[in-house]
Amino acid sequence: MPLSLFPLGIWHYLVGGLIVGLGVAVIFLSTGIIAGASGVFTSTWSYLSGRKYFHQPEFVSGRVWRLIFSAGLIVGALLFTLLISKSQFVTQVQWWRLALGGLLIGFGTRLSRGCTSGHGICGLASFSLPSLLAVLTFMAVAIITATVVSALGVFP
Amino acid sequence: MRQGVSILLGGVIFGFGLALSGMTKPELVLSFLQLRDLGLLFVMGGAVVVAMIAFQLGPRLMKKPLFANQFGQNKKVLDKNTIIGAAIFGLGWGISGLCPGSAIASLGTGNFPVLIGVVAMFLGAYLQGILADK
Repeated sequence: MPLSLFPLGIWHYLVGGLIVGLGVAVIFLSTGIIAGASGVFTSTWSYLSGRKYFHQPEFVSGRVWRLIFSAGLIVGALLFTLLISKSQFVTQVQWWRLALGGLLIGFGTRLSRGCTSGHGICGLASFSLPSLLAVLTFMAVAIITATVVSALGVFP
Repeated sequence: MRQGVSILLGGVIFGFGLALSGMTKPELVLSFLQLRDLGLLFVMGGAVVVAMIAFQLGPRLMKKPLFANQFGQNKKVLDKNTIIGAAIFGLGWGISGLCPGSAIASLGTGNFPVLIGVVAMFLGAYLQGILADK
């Protein structure tokens, strides 16, 4: 058993989370938009594909701000890396896990219409029952899956 | 224009917070999912509290957002796809330690292997769109 449930402390987690929430608040108070991250994976296809599904009004009207928001996520993390951590982090998770996981994540978040930000942060913050049920579902499945993966001897 | 700048600024703040909290490291996310470090609960809790204050007070204290005509409403619906999709997402999250926002932000920390995951997310969403079109 680990000695603590928080071996790295809690402050950087809490402060990071408050800052993430501030980002959501800035977007909401200035534009009225409730920002989730996964929508970009669908809305961007409206530029490239003629399929009817990708040309629904919500995807066409949201495709610009979703790309801008995604660019912001990258720039924000880059600023942290250049100004604070001053070190690059490269994951050791195997490429096949990133690829397989990514496929399931893209498919699943879009089927569910939300991810850790859309359902997790924004959904819970607006007291949405569908989001609460989605969060409980993906948390439970992810905890079981990650535990099984590690029990099978796959690391990190 | 002002909307675009504020969305970019919000995204920058959001991405900075993700990187500060370590969510751009799949290893750290996996250590949460394997219940070895529960810090992720503070990330999500902190973000929910701040977002909740904005969602609840904003529309009460301001007639409209600074640069737009009305506040958006959460329009999440509950059907079997909400739950089945969440379960499929959970499977992918547990396999990889990635989730959409932190995977995109990871690219800014120089964590380039995660690009494989981000490309796969676009492909997974394409597949979902094709199946939904039928």
